Amino acid sequence: MNNKVTRNLYLLPYVLWIVLFVIAPIILVLYYSFFDVDGNFSFINYKTFFTPVYLQMTFSSFWYAFLITVMSLLVAYPTAYLLTKTKHKQLWLLLIIVPSWINLLLKAYAFIGIFGQQGFANAFLEAVGIGKQEILFTDFSFIFVSVYIFIPFMILPIFNSLNELNPTLLDAANDLGASKWTSFRRVIFPLTIDGVKAGCQVVFIPSLSLFMLTRLIAGNRVITLGTAIEQHFLVTRDWGMGATIAVFLIIIMVLIMTITGSRKKGV
Amino acid sequence: MTNTIIEFKNVTKQYDNDSPVLDHVSFEIERGKFYTLLGPSGCGKTTILRLIAGFTEASVGDIYFDGKKMNDVPANKRQVNTVFQDYALFPHLNVFENVAFGLRIKKLKESVIKQKVQEALTFVNLAGYENREIREMSGGQRQRVAIARAIVNEPEVILLDEPLSALDLKLRTEMQYELRELQRRLGITFIFVTHDQEEALAMSDEIFVLNRGKIQQSGTPIDIYDEPINRFVADFIGESNIVEGRMIEDYLVEFVGGRFECVDQGLNPNEAVEIVIRPEDLEITTKERGKLKVKVDSQLFRGVHYEISCYDEDQNEWLVHSTKKANVGDEIGLYFDPEAIHVMRFGESEADFDRRLEAYDHGDAHEQ
Repeated sequence: MNNKVTRNLYLLPYVLWIVLFVIAPIILVLYYSFFDVDGNFSFINYKTFFTPVYLQMTFSSFWYAFLITVMSLLVAYPTAYLLTKTKHKQLWLLLIIVPSWINLLLKAYAFIGIFGQQGFANAFLEAVGIGKQEILFTDFSFIFVSVYIFIPFMILPIFNSLNELNPTLLDAANDLGASKWTSFRRVIFPLTIDGVKAGCQVVFIPSLSLFMLTRLIAGNRVITLGTAIEQHFLVTRDWGMGATIAVFLIIIMVLIMTITGSRKKGV
Repeated sequence: MTNTIIEFKNVTKQYDNDSPVLDHVSFEIERGKFYTLLGPSGCGKTTILRLIAGFTEASVGDIYFDGKKMNDVPANKRQVNTVFQDYALFPHLNVFENVAFGLRIKKLKESVIKQKVQEALTFVNLAGYENREIREMSGGQRQRVAIARAIVNEPEVILLDEPLSALDLKLRTEMQYELRELQRRLGITFIFVTHDQEEALAMSDEIFVLNRGKIQQSGTPIDIYDEPINRFVADFIGESNIVEGRMIEDYLVEFVGGRFECVDQGLNPNEAVEIVIRPEDLEITTKERGKLKVKVDSQLFRGVHYEISCYDEDQNEWLVHSTKKANVGDEIGLYFDPEAIHVMRFGESEADFDRRLEAYDHGDAHEQ
């Protein structure tokens, strides 16, 4: 009896947190999404969402998030693989993670410096004879910086799953006639797919609603759902529409979580 | 055509500047026999297996397979398959796909794969388990899947790396019979690695006893048990009483203050030797009739026999296996036949040892 009371007491902060910062905001978002710009109850926001402007925005959010995820994966998987082969793997891992401790804004501003007209990148291009290019405010710079920011989050889960892989399984594959590539395709990759999924989740989902970088690095040329939400809340003051987009984002995120949700296989 | 399938010529394996894991090892493995590499952990037995499988390369020396040098052939091109200590079954594949793994790499037809996998699973008594996931299988069943996965590729040699060590005692004994039977039915070479001497004695045609990167002795289980070459082998295989002694002359040896008739000859007069007497060769008798007088120190009931620990006047321990019970604290006599005494020379090479034992056989033949 006493035990139950203390256990509930321990649970209290957790429950409070969930209610105040997870459940209440979601309910509020849902609530606001049913009011038009003048504060009348209506479904107009949902109708508006299915107009080409917003569908286009949704599509472009998906497209950029997809590109960022694929690029991150392409860089992160080999990196994580090499990391597991190094002698001081924990040290190398730490070095890769360190940049993620620095504030996102700081890193974005640093890239403005590097990619700007007077920046290091252009100085280099000039020196090799290509000449000055417009690097900042392009799709390329947007994806490049996003990938840079998300890579540690992609590497970590993949590294962990590679690290847990029993090395005798590779001997076994080799023993049964598999070449290095076949071993990778048939054994290593399928067994680290959970890490890949987890990495894709933590990259893809936040990428959907990126808005800081769209402004600072992409110069508002890239408009995603995140940008739209920000604009509606802070500029057009159409909270209802902003909330509606948020509702769709939440639905999309839940869907992605369910689809990529990993079924743990124990041995 | 010779019957040799694998040959090691002067193989050394050394990591960096550490002392070698394998030290100039040479041996031959014949087709269709059950071999056991036996030794304590770190003796190099697993390294030999990994060298044959191709997971590691020899620092010095050559490895031949069917008369062809194998040093540079990668593991995936070798005609051997391994059963790993932890089975190394692929957790993301079911039983069928685990067994089919090697066949799929060879790109065989689906119908052929299906038939071969069925055959292999039937062979290890796992027919009907095709669609099970690995995590749903027990330890003994996983073991069989691992064996099926190896034999389905029809290799010339199967390497088994302590495959029974993870099983409980009863299952382990059962699997010993099954493995031996399997090897006879398949008629291919098995090379089995273990640190368990009972396992080695029970299953093998031929045992290699290894210690510190060298083969100490090779031979049939009976040879090795009855005629160990040195203190290490005598101590490692079975229980032994080992004491120091002196060869007075042919057929007469002195130890623990007495002179005893033995069957050994051809050694130098007064040569220092070591004497082995197996506990089951010692017989409890009265003080007067015994060749040794000892005091019973402790006694354990082992089921089939009593294990009795005794001490003589010089505080040498004598272990006796007897179906008769002794009383702790009693002074008793121990009797043994001349044949029970096994004489070991210090630092004798295996070749010299074999020659000496052969001479005894000839000697016996003369007397008869």
